[in-house]
Amino acid sequence: MLGTGILKGLFITAKNLVGSYYDKERLTTLQYPEEAANIPENYRNFPFLVFDGEDAVSTLRCVACKMCEKECPPQCIYIVSEKDEKGKIMRRPKVFDIDISVCMGCGICAEVCPSSAIKMDHIFEVTAKDRFSDLLLHRDQLAKSVDYYKQIHPTDFAVEEKARAEKKRVAEEKAQAAAAATAAKAAAAAKTATAATPKTDVAKAATATAAV
Amino acid sequence: MTPPNTSFTASSASARAPASAPASPNIRAVHDDFHGDLLEVSMGPHHPSTHGVFRMNVTLDGEVVVKLQPVFGYLHRNHEKIAEQNSYLAAIPYTDRLDYLSSLTNNWAYVRAVEQLVGIAVPERAEYLRIILGELARIINHACLVGFLLNDLGTSFTPLLYSLRERERMLDLVEELTGSRMMCNFFRFGGLRADVPADWLQRLDAYLGDGFARYLDEQDALLTGNEILLARTQNIGVLPPALAVSAGISGPMLRASGVPYDIRKVDNYSLYGRFPFQVPIGDHGDCYDRYMMRMLEMPQSVQIIQQAIEELPSGDFITPKQKNAGLRPKVGETYSRIEGPKGEIGFHLVSDGTGKPYRYRVRPPSLINLTALEDMCIGQTLADTVVILGSVDIVLGEVDR
Repeated sequence: MLGTGILKGLFITAKNLVGSYYDKERLTTLQYPEEAANIPENYRNFPFLVFDGEDAVSTLRCVACKMCEKECPPQCIYIVSEKDEKGKIMRRPKVFDIDISVCMGCGICAEVCPSSAIKMDHIFEVTAKDRFSDLLLHRDQLAKSVDYYKQIHPTDFAVEEKARAEKKRVAEEKAQAAAAATAAKAAAAAKTATAATPKTDVAKAATATAAV
Repeated sequence: MTPPNTSFTASSASARAPASAPASPNIRAVHDDFHGDLLEVSMGPHHPSTHGVFRMNVTLDGEVVVKLQPVFGYLHRNHEKIAEQNSYLAAIPYTDRLDYLSSLTNNWAYVRAVEQLVGIAVPERAEYLRIILGELARIINHACLVGFLLNDLGTSFTPLLYSLRERERMLDLVEELTGSRMMCNFFRFGGLRADVPADWLQRLDAYLGDGFARYLDEQDALLTGNEILLARTQNIGVLPPALAVSAGISGPMLRASGVPYDIRKVDNYSLYGRFPFQVPIGDHGDCYDRYMMRMLEMPQSVQIIQQAIEELPSGDFITPKQKNAGLRPKVGETYSRIEGPKGEIGFHLVSDGTGKPYRYRVRPPSLINLTALEDMCIGQTLADTVVILGSVDIVLGEVDR
């Protein structure tokens, strides 16, 4: 019968209208800014730099390797390494600028960073009065404490810290093993030396026994 | 050198049928005082029904279209040349911005091309996860299209709002996984950027089985039998199969014309051979068939996702120690294509051995599907051209690049 399709459709819209008064599934509007949206941990917007200690400049994790500058798709990162008075490159940035009016928030900088120094922020309400100078962020504006990073990315932080501890442990074990190897080598060398002069060895052993 | 997977042969005999003569514009020879002159209307680029900045120069005889000239390029961003200036990795976020409704399949098509060029194997788990995400992109795209098509028909926002409500739920899941709702940037050479957690997959499965199933039922009841929808879409904008094939149309639009050609079945790329899904085929090639293709493809995609979640093997989500930054493929070229939500999306890459592609070319389904627009619109009224354009399913980010 002509019109049944329309009536069926009207029944659906009526169901949705009535449902929107009591069913959360049918009314999903969020009253922003009174209600805040739930931001997932993986959310990414603009990059920031992580520093570990109290002082933002001296404890910055960034070593100015320029990996992010090289891989950044819209080429919005600009880095100049710091040099000491002799002109030798120090492993930290003198200039670290990100033009967030160009940045597309893809997160590749955070991905390629070998020292976990650059991370993606959760801030999405960014306003500025001047679109040229205010949106070009410098090193001091970009630097944020590791506590902030831990707060917005708890899972990633835990994984990274675990990896770091593991790396440290492996390095320590390696150092210990190396030390042991050197000691063993020294001992072996000493043994060969003593083998050449068995008399001294016996004498030494005797002294050792006497000492005990 | 013949790279694999570049065969363009059609799968069926009907796909090889010769092209019929193009529809001739039916322009009146006599212009008397009663009928008046032809009227040329510039529709767009800021017309809301053109889905972005697209312009149609329409010549009208009364209300009937006698000539239509599409004008595009307003959203040209130099995508291909930017990609040729950047490293291979840095092109992935740019591919998100091609067809911004389904960035996951764009990523997939590009990443597959580079994998083919370099010769990178992808772990089984990564392939399964790629299929899940690719089909999710297809569902999101089709849900969007159904809403926007009905909006073009003049149903002021009701079906669109229902579609967007469900799409937002899926985008919430996508955001949780990839960090962004639309610009996912999630595929990497050799796999994915991160592993997909088990509870995420469970939630997706639960949502598709419950909330999305209800949406599909409701949308079907709301629209498919609606007499106004039938009157506005049936026998409107008919695209004959021979013309569709000769114009290089692909995707749901080609299948709506009755040509059984789905790259998932033809190429059997990734692990699609393991999934016994069905490909809906249309009969008339009109707007209603194109609408129905999308409605019928969504449950098939849901089925693929459910099967993939069930069979998902454990293992690596990316080839171990796969280099992504600073990739330098050997000299060579390749073309790789996948079945995107809108049709065949392909990437042609030429490498000269450096860290940047020598040539980077996108084969965008939207642009090529748009080439048959005039043939579909001639003889229809101006109000119908809006519906026909809506049923083609274009995204201007991909048309203009």
